[in-house]
Amino acid sequence: MAKRFQRLRKSQLVIPLFALLLLALFNLIRDPSFFSFNITVNNEGNSVLSGNIISILNSASELAIISIGMTLVTASSRGQDISVGAVAAIAGSVFVRVLKEHTINWPIILLAFVCACLVAVLCGAFNGTLVAGFGIQPMIATLILLTAGRPIAYWINGGATPTVESPLLGYIGSFIPGVPIPTPLLIVIVFAIFVSLVLRLTNLGLYTQAVGINEKSARLNGINAFGMKMLSFMILGICVSIAGCIGVSRMGLINHETLLLDIEMDAILAVAIGGNALSGGKFSITGSVIGAYIIQALTITLYAMKVPSTAVKAYKAIVIIAIVVLGSPVVQSFFLRLRNKMFPKPAKVEEKQAYAE
Amino acid sequence: MPNDIVLSMRNISKSFPGVRALHNVDFTLKSGEIHALMGENGAGKSTLIKVLTGVHPKDSGQITIAGSAKEVNIKSPQEAQNLGISTVYQEITLCPNLTVAENMYIGRGTYSFVSWGKMREKTTELLEKLNIPARATQQLSTCSLAVQQMVAIARAVDMDCKVLILDEPTSSLDEREVEKLFSLMRELKSRGVGIIFITHFLEQVYEVCDRITVLRNGELVGAYDIKDLPRVQLISKMMGKELDDITDLKNSRVSHVRAGTAPVYEAKGLSSAAGTRAFDFKIDQGEVNGFTGLLGSGRSESVRAIFGADKITSGKIFVNGKPAKIAKPRDAMKYGIGYLPEDRKQDGIVDDLSVRENIILALQVMRGFFRPFSKAEAEKFADEYIKLLGIKTASSDTPIKSLSGGNQQKAILARWLLTKPQYLILDEPTRGIDVGTKVEIQKLVLKLAEEGVSVTFISSEIEEMLRTCSRLIVMRDRKIVGELTQDDMTQAKIMHTIAGEAAQNG
Repeated sequence: MAKRFQRLRKSQLVIPLFALLLLALFNLIRDPSFFSFNITVNNEGNSVLSGNIISILNSASELAIISIGMTLVTASSRGQDISVGAVAAIAGSVFVRVLKEHTINWPIILLAFVCACLVAVLCGAFNGTLVAGFGIQPMIATLILLTAGRPIAYWINGGATPTVESPLLGYIGSFIPGVPIPTPLLIVIVFAIFVSLVLRLTNLGLYTQAVGINEKSARLNGINAFGMKMLSFMILGICVSIAGCIGVSRMGLINHETLLLDIEMDAILAVAIGGNALSGGKFSITGSVIGAYIIQALTITLYAMKVPSTAVKAYKAIVIIAIVVLGSPVVQSFFLRLRNKMFPKPAKVEEKQAYAE
Repeated sequence: MPNDIVLSMRNISKSFPGVRALHNVDFTLKSGEIHALMGENGAGKSTLIKVLTGVHPKDSGQITIAGSAKEVNIKSPQEAQNLGISTVYQEITLCPNLTVAENMYIGRGTYSFVSWGKMREKTTELLEKLNIPARATQQLSTCSLAVQQMVAIARAVDMDCKVLILDEPTSSLDEREVEKLFSLMRELKSRGVGIIFITHFLEQVYEVCDRITVLRNGELVGAYDIKDLPRVQLISKMMGKELDDITDLKNSRVSHVRAGTAPVYEAKGLSSAAGTRAFDFKIDQGEVNGFTGLLGSGRSESVRAIFGADKITSGKIFVNGKPAKIAKPRDAMKYGIGYLPEDRKQDGIVDDLSVRENIILALQVMRGFFRPFSKAEAEKFADEYIKLLGIKTASSDTPIKSLSGGNQQKAILARWLLTKPQYLILDEPTRGIDVGTKVEIQKLVLKLAEEGVSVTFISSEIEEMLRTCSRLIVMRDRKIVGELTQDDMTQAKIMHTIAGEAAQNG
């Protein structure tokens, strides 16, 4: 137990967990009712859970999913994909376009989702080719789709802002009858389990990190560096299409201008808050997901404090600066020195033994 | 305190998480002396230097400079520089994307405006004075590694220093360049500069140094005048044991080649995009051969071509007598070929990953993307090889970058031994590592050969190759100019082979 605590203290999750705790504490002092859960009956006549916590967990879903993919791209390519919002709009448009052409039932929704996925993965492959094949910096490479993405999304549905009316879509975007937990949250949970299984059952993590840390060495050990970068961009594509489809299902329409607008910045932020180096290499997906929830918790807290929505971003920025500075190497080493001064370590006997041989 | 002392360090201690790097170390440097700082890998040489230059803060101890009794507290390399302490580190720490002139003057002085013309002029003057083959306007990365190192030294020299620290400056220089550096060092010495010289080349220590300070496991062993400490004693002080091991090795060169079987690896007309001329090469089972030649002669490029590390442009390859296709490292690995690259930092280690992950990497890749080792399996492999090769690390979870150079090299060696190769290519496995580990690696090579593994061994130290190889391939100007076996393998003969060709060309 003590050992596990030691490991946790050294891990990069300390700062994000601490920040989340602080945020919770702040809310607890400010207004304990912030944490209350209610059972309410919604428009469709389902009894569902509601409250601030649920609304945080629910509304952070798209961000959490995208930041999982963003973490992999960051780790392997030492840069970020800034086209995720635009690609989500494309994926969402494809999703709607397919639904529009058919009478909506579950197989059609699945088909539409698969189509959206394919298109988003294609966009990822496009980004991946520019980055891994042509050696263009990720931010520059993905700038292309960032600019072109939303116009393409507009074109897919012939210029309209189509709505899709179906209770089935409501099941995805809000609640499944009889289940009190919002569906987007369930999707995040399922996806997170899936990703952690992939990381456990394949070498995705090891290869991605090796490529991100030392590409030359990775290559000399037989790792296909091009392939790994490509793969990370394509996985991000899948993440983006899931997020895009959730976004569309929530609204029941596609607005190519506003769907997941500016989510790339929040996703990059989530990765950074999670303690991941934006210069690539070692990563923690858990950290990024926590980061995503911190960002959303912050937003909801600010709304609960009646901060006008136009000012929310400015307040958010202040808190985020604090978190990022707290996690910076300069501040970290300062704390380390402070601790060593206050609690001098006892003479290290075990280490001596380790070198005795 | 006598006046000719330029630097005095007393009771210096420094710990890193999990490692006690220095413990109560004293060090004294007089003006006008070249002082060798000796010790095995992980003895604390580099840490002592980094404490002195303010890269790492010291935990305790005093540093005084230039005979004054006042203690100085050096908090940054900039501060050390202002105090007249200049350093040239083992790995080049200049900016490769800037020009030579910019590298010479970056971060110096307090000026807000830069006179580019004057900067270039002064740089050109200095480069000429020191005979460095580079232009002031040339981008540093286009210079050879040796020239880059010399620019770093020139930069340090130009900074009017009282104390000049050279941390392994010669490990990437060839003999002529080393000679040039030594004459420069002697000149500085005559001007009263105190020079701290860290190297693994014993010959060089006895050529230029006046005094030797020996460290072992972070503790001071002693400081000696060079004439009081013969080589054998120096080595035994560094290793903390007697020297039989080293002399043992001298006559163990036996060929284990088994007749009658097809060569393990054979190439005909092999060439790569890195610029080797097409060459033929073969190696039998259990054979140890080597590529030798001057720096830049193409020995590394040749072995890289064998491993498929660069794009292969032509050639036929046979493994165990059967035609084989090796276009990328993964292919070579499938045929049981392992390759320890020349540049450990750039091509070898994955620095943020743990020792364990670094050790299992190659085997893991061979096993496949969808079949990762469990943590227990990986731990078992890593622990086995950490013990087998005596890798000094706090645990297998420690990031490899916090290990000393020699231990990193052992971990990379472990990586390839773990794959149980039938043919292992070792490019400069002993560069920049201590005597003890060098001997261990040489012994290991011979042991592998005995077990039937074929090894290609490259080293800048010819003695080392004479000790281990049963056949030497001599290279010059990116092509093979001769092959020496058995009785022909003497230093003189090798020199002759390289030089003979030179005479014909000239």
